Amino acid sequence: MKVSDLGFHHLSGLLDRGDLVLRTGPFDTTIHSPLACVHHGIATLYADFEVLQEPVFSDFHVRVAPPAGLRRWVGKQVLFHYDDEIPFKPLPQDQAFPMLEWGLNWSISTHAHQYLVIHAAAIERGGRAVIMPAPPGSGKSTLCAALIHHGWRLLSDELALLSPIDGALTPLARPVSLKNESIDIVRGFGPEIVIGPLSRDTLKGTVAHMRPPAASVRRAHETALPAWIVFPKYRLGAGAILARHVKAQTLMSLVENTFNYQALGETAFRALSHLVDRCDCYTFEYDRMERALEMFSDLSACPD
Amino acid sequence: MGTNLVVETLYSPAHIHALSLPAWDVLLRQARRADLSARVYWVLREHDLLGSVPEKPRVYLELAWQYAERQRSAVQWELNTLWRSLQNLGIRIILLKGAAYLTANLPSAHGRILSDIDLLVPRDAIDMVERALIQDGWIATHQNAYDQRYYRQWMHEIPPLEHAKRGTVVDIHHAILPVSARIQADMNKLRMAAIPLNIPGDFAVLAPIDMVLHSAAHLFYDSELGHGLRDLVDIDALLRYYGTEAAFWEDLLHRGSTVGLSRALYYALRYSQHILNTPIPATIMAQAEIFGPPAWIRSIMDQLYLRALIPHHPSCMTLPARIANFLLFIRGHWLRMPLRLLIPHLLRKAFVPHRQA
Repeated sequence: MKVSDLGFHHLSGLLDRGDLVLRTGPFDTTIHSPLACVHHGIATLYADFEVLQEPVFSDFHVRVAPPAGLRRWVGKQVLFHYDDEIPFKPLPQDQAFPMLEWGLNWSISTHAHQYLVIHAAAIERGGRAVIMPAPPGSGKSTLCAALIHHGWRLLSDELALLSPIDGALTPLARPVSLKNESIDIVRGFGPEIVIGPLSRDTLKGTVAHMRPPAASVRRAHETALPAWIVFPKYRLGAGAILARHVKAQTLMSLVENTFNYQALGETAFRALSHLVDRCDCYTFEYDRMERALEMFSDLSACPD
Repeated sequence: MGTNLVVETLYSPAHIHALSLPAWDVLLRQARRADLSARVYWVLREHDLLGSVPEKPRVYLELAWQYAERQRSAVQWELNTLWRSLQNLGIRIILLKGAAYLTANLPSAHGRILSDIDLLVPRDAIDMVERALIQDGWIATHQNAYDQRYYRQWMHEIPPLEHAKRGTVVDIHHAILPVSARIQADMNKLRMAAIPLNIPGDFAVLAPIDMVLHSAAHLFYDSELGHGLRDLVDIDALLRYYGTEAAFWEDLLHRGSTVGLSRALYYALRYSQHILNTPIPATIMAQAEIFGPPAWIRSIMDQLYLRALIPHHPSCMTLPARIANFLLFIRGHWLRMPLRLLIPHLLRKAFVPHRQA
């Protein structure tokens, strides 16, 4: 059963009671929230995701709700709960849906140590995957949003889950987070694009999420072996330059970009070393999306 | 609501066969809150039951175990570093609680997670130990004036030190209980009986009977019971391990009364047996009754401790449990501070927002 099969009223009821169990890739999450904006966000952006009916073992229990006490009514705020913990300070209530997304990301990077959680986008085509680590502002999310509508499958826009056992990437296929100008850019990609409500004045500026392609969500149980690591950077006047990146430096960048590197210790080091060994590593500077799409297309056409 | 699955699992591991997936979900959350996930993993492994654990819970229990194992080697590394800072002071450093169990390879070490490293040093050495550590990158936590006064003037302890880069926390003690406490323990006897460790540096651990007494004092005179169940699991493991030696029990009782900790010991024996089924010789329990409180107090304590020594997780913290926890919180403070300090302190804790150190 999918979220879209539930009907909004039923979905709201489940969320109000904390009975909604949402499957995203390998994780089942129990979500609890009384807030209408969260109900709508889930209905819109998670429409194609599976909802679990029978009681199960949840990987995470999260709750997004106003604080108890006076703050419930004065200067409306929202808190993220992870089980019985409150890991973050409150945010204004209109940021409740992004807070759920950030909270889910935090839950994974803090607790899902069966994977290396790398701060990177990951996409797949023809059985091979690209990992795109990138600091905020590099245009990674816009690029990722474009690629997954031009032949590539979304594994994740934010958290690449690498198995230390077989080196494969496990998809999440969750909504793609966009900010500021990229929201309108992505909206312009075509009529099939669905963007959720905007949250203004967040720490990152204006934030919104794009619904992931249904095909990506349908295949969220299919892992993929990485073949390329590409560091993208949008830069005016760059043209389209793909350059080999020194593997040792790639390894160090990945270490810096792996959220749970410290928690995994030697396991993480070995896994990243193997990853860098098996992958072709590049930096890619671009200033036009068409050229970027072409480049990635060419990459995937290269023989193994 | 109210089912303590962690204790059920530790007490009789085979009962996991009856657990449904949602029950595993609750068990893991309770264990996580009680810092006992890795311990549960170890108990199930010891009983050859890991194969009966469904895949997802088994993965998370394994991760908890791996985390505890990694912490073990990290602790050894930290002790080496601490020794480099303190070796010129010419004092013997006694390790307490988790750090002691891990380095001495005791059964209580299996699946034991540390939140900080507890060290015991002579009282007159406290200032120079603090200075030496601050020089080497450790910084004082609880920087605000009130907390500093609380620790130094009233509790006669120094606030825990945190390493500026690594984030490790070291708690330096010179006594088992704060100086302003109503009950005092004779520290000289404990120091004299300490057993040197076979690791680099002049480190030692308390003698087995003193380890039990320290753990008992910590649990039954403390105000924070978030780790209460974990502390009881430590006590149970120590008693099971050392209790096979005939002389241990008599020595334990004797030492308890010599150093002034027999009431805490009484509670430790009573609740360890009741909650975790620790095998304690009947003659010893009978002898220990002398150290117990009057019957009416004992029954109040039972009501409080049997409710509070559970995972502090919403799934089993019923209202009675929360009330019990609160009353023991007050009791713990009352035991450590004279009344004239206690009331203002409690009022402050209730109304002044807690700031992170």
